[in-house]
Amino acid sequence: MIAESGHYALVLALALALIQSIVPIVGARWRDAALMNVARSTALAQLLFVAASFAALVTLHVTSDFSVANVYENSHSLKPLLYKITGVWGNHEGSMLLWVSILALFGGLVAVFGNNLPLSLRAHVLAVQAWVASAFYLFILITSNPFLRIANPPIEGRDLNPVLQDIGLAVHPPMLYLGYVGFSISFSFAVAALLEGRIDAAWARWVRPWTLMAWIFLTLGIAMGSYWAYYELGWGGWWFWDPVENASLMPWLAGTALLHSALVMEKRNALKVWTVLLSILTFSLSLLGTFLVRSGVLTSVHAFATDPTRGVFILLILFVFIGGSLSLYAWRAPALKQGGLFAPISREGALVLNNLLLTTACATVFIGTLYPLALEVLTGEKISVGAPFFNFTFAPLFVPLLLAVPFGPLLAWKRGDLLGAAQRLMVAGITALVAIALVFAWTYGGATLAPLAIGLAAFVIMGALCDLAERVALFRIPLSLSLRRAGGLPRATWGTAFAHAGLGIALIGIVCETTWNSEYIGSMKPDDVARVAGYELRLDGLNPRQGPNFREMVAQFTVTRDGEKVSVMTPSKRNFTTRGASTTEAALLTRGASQLYISLGDTSADGTIAVRIYDKPLVLMIWWGPVLMAFGGLLSLSDRRLRVGAPKPAKAAARALQAAE
Amino acid sequence: MTRKQRRLTLIGCALVVLAIAAGLVLNALRDSIVFFSTPSMVAEKHLGPGKRFRLGGLVEQGSLKRGDNLAVTFTVGDGGATLPVAYKGILPDLFREGQGVIAEGALDATGVFRADTVLAKHDETYMPKDVADALKKQGHWKDDYGAKPGNMPSASAAPTQGAMR
Repeated sequence: MIAESGHYALVLALALALIQSIVPIVGARWRDAALMNVARSTALAQLLFVAASFAALVTLHVTSDFSVANVYENSHSLKPLLYKITGVWGNHEGSMLLWVSILALFGGLVAVFGNNLPLSLRAHVLAVQAWVASAFYLFILITSNPFLRIANPPIEGRDLNPVLQDIGLAVHPPMLYLGYVGFSISFSFAVAALLEGRIDAAWARWVRPWTLMAWIFLTLGIAMGSYWAYYELGWGGWWFWDPVENASLMPWLAGTALLHSALVMEKRNALKVWTVLLSILTFSLSLLGTFLVRSGVLTSVHAFATDPTRGVFILLILFVFIGGSLSLYAWRAPALKQGGLFAPISREGALVLNNLLLTTACATVFIGTLYPLALEVLTGEKISVGAPFFNFTFAPLFVPLLLAVPFGPLLAWKRGDLLGAAQRLMVAGITALVAIALVFAWTYGGATLAPLAIGLAAFVIMGALCDLAERVALFRIPLSLSLRRAGGLPRATWGTAFAHAGLGIALIGIVCETTWNSEYIGSMKPDDVARVAGYELRLDGLNPRQGPNFREMVAQFTVTRDGEKVSVMTPSKRNFTTRGASTTEAALLTRGASQLYISLGDTSADGTIAVRIYDKPLVLMIWWGPVLMAFGGLLSLSDRRLRVGAPKPAKAAARALQAAE
Repeated sequence: MTRKQRRLTLIGCALVVLAIAAGLVLNALRDSIVFFSTPSMVAEKHLGPGKRFRLGGLVEQGSLKRGDNLAVTFTVGDGGATLPVAYKGILPDLFREGQGVIAEGALDATGVFRADTVLAKHDETYMPKDVADALKKQGHWKDDYGAKPGNMPSASAAPTQGAMR
């Protein structure tokens, strides 16, 4: 009964989305307020039905109803409750349902908070949102229905892929989807603006918080995914330039660019046409990511199943939306009026440079990800583009970007003073040079690029602090006055500083981990001692243990340093009986920002076990950086000027617009 | 500056960045791309020692030998030809004789493939996609490679990668 209700609710949501796709547009053409307002109620009703459908699937998983194919294939009655719930989106059908649920959620949010939007703009935005929703409802109902029953229900399920039985699954996919799908709002606003043929600063004021929100979630989602891969896959890597990772990085790069160009548009009413294009591109890249991950063109943990009809369907959605919106852009963009002028050296100029470098970096990732696919389709030749490609293209583009980051906030709008900014960054520059000299002296004879990169990171972090110090006139006026000024700074300013500093922190982590990471790989038997980076790790013994739906072999290591006991680490190797698959549970020992990492390999006949031990200096900074960036975004989002509900000037502008209609 | 000059400056900057990026991409595409081959393709193409490529095929039954200190050797075949592979390190969880495998590395002077990375990016029912395609093309594909009898063919691909960096 529950499965059928869930299915039915989904069909109703599709029907509502179809109404929402057409009626408000007609209303906007006829200038009929009642018809335009249909969008609001349908968006909320749609959210209600999708939520019901999603709740139905969760219920089926929690109650282990194996008569439903989706539950049978991905669940097991002995699985802990948390994994029964997260297992809902640990498979293709369920994760697509989560995707549309979040899409409906964002539609509902626009409907609720969009009261101060011009009526026709809101109608258009919600209609475009419904187009996307309809396409994905159809996709789920036709190719990936999670509510299908099995004729002869089995007693036990086939269990969830063991790698996914982890707390990471509870956080990573929902976060990532909130980011991916959140960009649908800026897409809908862009298409709505093109349909209306009008765009202004109030538009940007509206788009920016939504973009920022999506960006925060995407940042956290990517960071979480990276950390998950790091501890779960058991070989200590945190980024593999895997196509699936690139699929999430591309919208992030484009979204970051969008965030900055929307700023120019909001403040200076310039770069309108470009901002609209970026909005379209960002969501297109999200759709492309969905295609890459869901269509089965790639083999990876994320491609849950390979069914060609699904791939073709998503490809069709991709063509319609990306092709359609770009054609609309080509047709209508010339009608949008050009905005304010600015000198090349100015805040706007710096943000343009940021956009240029970010989108170019995004393009190189795009080429590296899709070139092998295109080549295989065209010539049948199989190649793989791996990490070296991205390191050689992506890194050189990020260096000038990072160099420019501290200058941006110090330049004035319209016409900036580069020399003045450089003088104010003197402290940051000196810190960077000192950092380079120190690291170089400390690691004399080692890597040459790493000290430079650390210096760059120090420059970015100190640059962010310099900006703050400059604004509160630190050391130029009495300290108490500076502190009062600091309290009065807009939260967006603090947000910028945190986000930019986060970039530098992540860079330090990346450089330290890749350059000074040391490892020990070998086979050990009980009482053997391995020495890694000043630590001594003694294998005390191997003990078998029984878990809820797995058996595991736990190895116990005693870690000592200079003869003193530091801790005990217990990595294990799990064997999941239902799927006959095994996973490696790494043991992590955190010391400050550094980690010691042990993962196990095979046990051999003579009682030895293969062991991998890594010492990863400052590795945690790789993820602290993005967390700090997201925190900066959150601060900025809470800024009064940007509050989603009632930004005062935007309201006035919106009213003026309504009056002009 | 006039509007026109400003726009030209912007376009000029954009072109410079794009040109640099294009240069980087082309350069990287020339140097850091790895081709995929099966043992028969290796024999046909006469690949020389030292050239990096990805080798895909089935691990021959009974060919896996473990040496001292995690050194392993095994033979990869595709029904047509076979190639000996040497690797040092921990094999991925899903590495098994008779199963598909992808190894990355280069041939040495004696014709042994020295792998520095071994991937088994598939679960107990699936082959790595590249291997499956290559086997199909050469007519050595057996249908039972694909699906486990009696099960719905929708098991997820396990991401067990065993590789050394």
